[in-house]
Amino acid sequence: MNGLRNLTALQLGAAIRRGEVSIPEAVETALEAAGEAGCNAFITFTAEQARKRAEELQKGLKDAAGPLYGVPMAIKDNICTKDVKTSCASKILGDFAPPYDATAALRLEEAGVVSIGKTNMDEFAMGSTTETSFYGPTLNPWNRGHVPGGSSGGSAAAVAGRSCWFAVGSDTGGSIRQPASYCGITGMKPTYGTVSRYGLIAYASSLDQIGPLARDAADCAAVLDAIQGQDPRDGTSLSFEAGGLLASLDGDIRGMKIGIPADCFGDGLNAEVRSAVLGVADVLRARGAEVVNLSLPVMEYVVPTYYIIAAAEASSNLSRFDGVKYGWRAEGYEDLVDLYCKTRTEGFGAEVKRRILLGTFVLSSGYYDAYYRKALQVKGLIKEAFDAACAKCDLLLTPVAPTTAPKLGESLSDPLQMYLSDIYTVSVNLAGLPGLSMPCGFDAAGMPIGAQLIGPALGDRNVLRAAYAFQQDTTWHTAAPAMAGKGGSEL
Amino acid sequence: MTWETVIGLETHVELATRTKIFCSCSTAFGGAPNTHCCPVCTGMPGTLPVVNRKVVEFAAQAGLALNCEITRYNKFDRKNYFYPDLPKAYQISQLYLPIARNGHVPIVTEAGEKEIRIHELHMEEDAGKLVHDPWIDQTRCDYNRCGVPLIEIVTEPDFRTADEVIAYLEKLKSTLEYLGVSDCKMQEGSLRCDVNLSVRPLGSETFGTRTEMKNLNSFKAISRAIKYEARRQIELLEEGKRVIQETRRWDDNKDATFSMRSKENAQDYRYFPEPDIPPLELSEEYLTSLRERQPEMAEARRERYQREYGLPAYDAGQITAQKALVDFFEETVALGAPPKEAANWMLGDMMRRLKDEEMEPKDMKLTPANLAALIRMIAQGRINRNTASRVFRAVFPDNADVETYVREHGLEQVNDAGAVEAAVAKVLEANPQTVSEYRAGKQKVLGFLVGQVMKQLKGKADPKAVNAALRAALQ
Repeated sequence: MNGLRNLTALQLGAAIRRGEVSIPEAVETALEAAGEAGCNAFITFTAEQARKRAEELQKGLKDAAGPLYGVPMAIKDNICTKDVKTSCASKILGDFAPPYDATAALRLEEAGVVSIGKTNMDEFAMGSTTETSFYGPTLNPWNRGHVPGGSSGGSAAAVAGRSCWFAVGSDTGGSIRQPASYCGITGMKPTYGTVSRYGLIAYASSLDQIGPLARDAADCAAVLDAIQGQDPRDGTSLSFEAGGLLASLDGDIRGMKIGIPADCFGDGLNAEVRSAVLGVADVLRARGAEVVNLSLPVMEYVVPTYYIIAAAEASSNLSRFDGVKYGWRAEGYEDLVDLYCKTRTEGFGAEVKRRILLGTFVLSSGYYDAYYRKALQVKGLIKEAFDAACAKCDLLLTPVAPTTAPKLGESLSDPLQMYLSDIYTVSVNLAGLPGLSMPCGFDAAGMPIGAQLIGPALGDRNVLRAAYAFQQDTTWHTAAPAMAGKGGSEL
Repeated sequence: MTWETVIGLETHVELATRTKIFCSCSTAFGGAPNTHCCPVCTGMPGTLPVVNRKVVEFAAQAGLALNCEITRYNKFDRKNYFYPDLPKAYQISQLYLPIARNGHVPIVTEAGEKEIRIHELHMEEDAGKLVHDPWIDQTRCDYNRCGVPLIEIVTEPDFRTADEVIAYLEKLKSTLEYLGVSDCKMQEGSLRCDVNLSVRPLGSETFGTRTEMKNLNSFKAISRAIKYEARRQIELLEEGKRVIQETRRWDDNKDATFSMRSKENAQDYRYFPEPDIPPLELSEEYLTSLRERQPEMAEARRERYQREYGLPAYDAGQITAQKALVDFFEETVALGAPPKEAANWMLGDMMRRLKDEEMEPKDMKLTPANLAALIRMIAQGRINRNTASRVFRAVFPDNADVETYVREHGLEQVNDAGAVEAAVAKVLEANPQTVSEYRAGKQKVLGFLVGQVMKQLKGKADPKAVNAALRAALQ
């Protein structure tokens, strides 16, 4: 069923509603493809639940079913799913299966989707390569010698490898957009506060946001229509008019002003990436958008600011994993402090420990003012700079990452270099804005390149409208890696 | 040398909201372990706190009643430390922007009137409880108390004696009870007090090194701990030693404080703004509406009781000192009991019973309706005062119905003149010697005879009627 696997989520949904494809058939196709892909994109498969649900959904199928009804998808393993193992790709959570669903997972269930499993990720979403997972790295479907990006690398690889029609991930500093870029798919971090964080195991609470990784902008819009909206269980969720994103996609971007910040196209940016991203501006201009140059003079501060704030919050958020209440507990401890030390020493991986130490340090008495308080002040300045830039245009166009997907093992040896590669994505989280990554070309080695569109707060609709318009005139998003869609394991 | 004791208090008060501060679990005291909790208050991964607006309202009301400035732009902060009773490993509290600051509370002691300054009042969540089971040598966690809302009220170091501390705590307790924001039960831990104490030579401007005392579970314990700790510090200084800044635990059985941890081992709580809770803004209209809803407090009520009911100042003061007594009194009066009668019964028989049983007024079962019925029966001449006291003692523990009790025990007053005369005749016949003595002019033996007649009538007669009948018979 190559044809089936290459459909978008919306196309599959339509085929299901027309009775051309049954939901059990779609689920079997996904499970089979995911099993064959060999990218280690999943930590847990929920095949039995998925088959059972597919039967039930098929029975309940009505003409008025929603656009994603019956569509198989996957959920990042830091999003709580009731009675299904949710590990954050960490040893310390063991076989933890929460007794509750994340709000986003519940809303997707209400939309009628079928989850086939939980996807691999960097441990606690800390990493840019999905190599810090306790369950081993995920491989990039375009070339298994390369990383898929991270931290939502499992979600990105599952979608790019045509193992499921879309996935949800989380994005704290680029964790949806960067793997989407490395894997040649479309991913979006919506405005902070528009998708409930209830049930998302926190990395950095003030920056975390759940969003879709999908084949194209229209699929992303459909998923956001399902999961966005205020949630009484999340005090930081915003009161706003949710929904209607999919319906707003009409391809008409005449008069839309696209800003190109020169500060995002300077040193350190790979030439092939640079030219592919600037090529997006030409396509949008040809569709009637106006392209303007502007400056964003805060880029040199975004990476340090992000790593101070994210690490500080993480050091506190991850303190609850102590071996006392749930998850994994070290053996052979002598007393309470020893239980804490052994469990956390053995249960967390190196990158997580590095960030906990950094975060603990910047919050310590005597250092708080110099680091954390200052970082909060700079965060305010970054937000102001983005607000000012957004006042001059409707959207910003930037790269997602300075390069295409690095080779496995390349990044972890130099964490500082890995942190610096987050420069184009972290600013969007610090400013709380919506950002979307979409395929815009390939490098000479055949690895996908992504472009980022950034909107003002609550400007998610325009971001999707522009991406949709771009995808009307381009085919980068329809390209599939060679291994995918063939059902074989020739790679 | 004459020494001066300097004391500051940190008081934690559990708020009487129905649900917890960040989730909808019950705040009820007790319950089987881990039955009043949910994924939110046990800090399960991915869960988020959502502020209970009632907690903010109660805290703001308390702040207003303690004459504080209310912070319009409120934030919560995280206080990070590892302990098994704290399942998130951080407590959500307020460090940088507490809800109320710069208040003051007037107190009265035998030494006179004084004002205690309030440094701040902030909101926070309570932690769980660790229960050690010595039988199996294991410690178990009970998270029922996790997330019960607290306010912490911090005073300036304005106290100089234990009396002042107790007067302040009584006042604080009464104020919070009047507001209805806490039940202030020390024995259940809903009011907990840490005492910061230092000593210095009288007249000195600088403070000495202070210690903080914990585990003070009653006003009595606080008073004794203050006296003990002041003496301990003075003795150290007089011996030329120094006081170590540390936390000390009061041991009520040993009547002494013991070192828990010194400042060198003090934790770094790494406070930072709680990112899961957006700032809370309190509007002027909101605060105005809270001010308008503040109930009539103790002083105003005391004056009103004197004015409207004619209660003596002392009695009015006794009743208004505790909100539970005020509620009981007002309900008894509303049920038709004369206010003075109600006050007399409450401050006499009732307080005696409470003292004997070591009970708080709010814990007793006796209802205002039952006391009002008792008072009514006396007024109707159906029981005499002595009998009424007996009845009161009998019904007090379980609030047995007064009418039923009197009927079942046959205690209604004997108003039958014939029965009284018959009893008188019987007594006179049995005591010829005493009768002669009386007739010889020894008037005081009449009391003995009255007693004998009452005994015959099982105490149910009106003593005045017996007296009159005896005198008539002896003429």
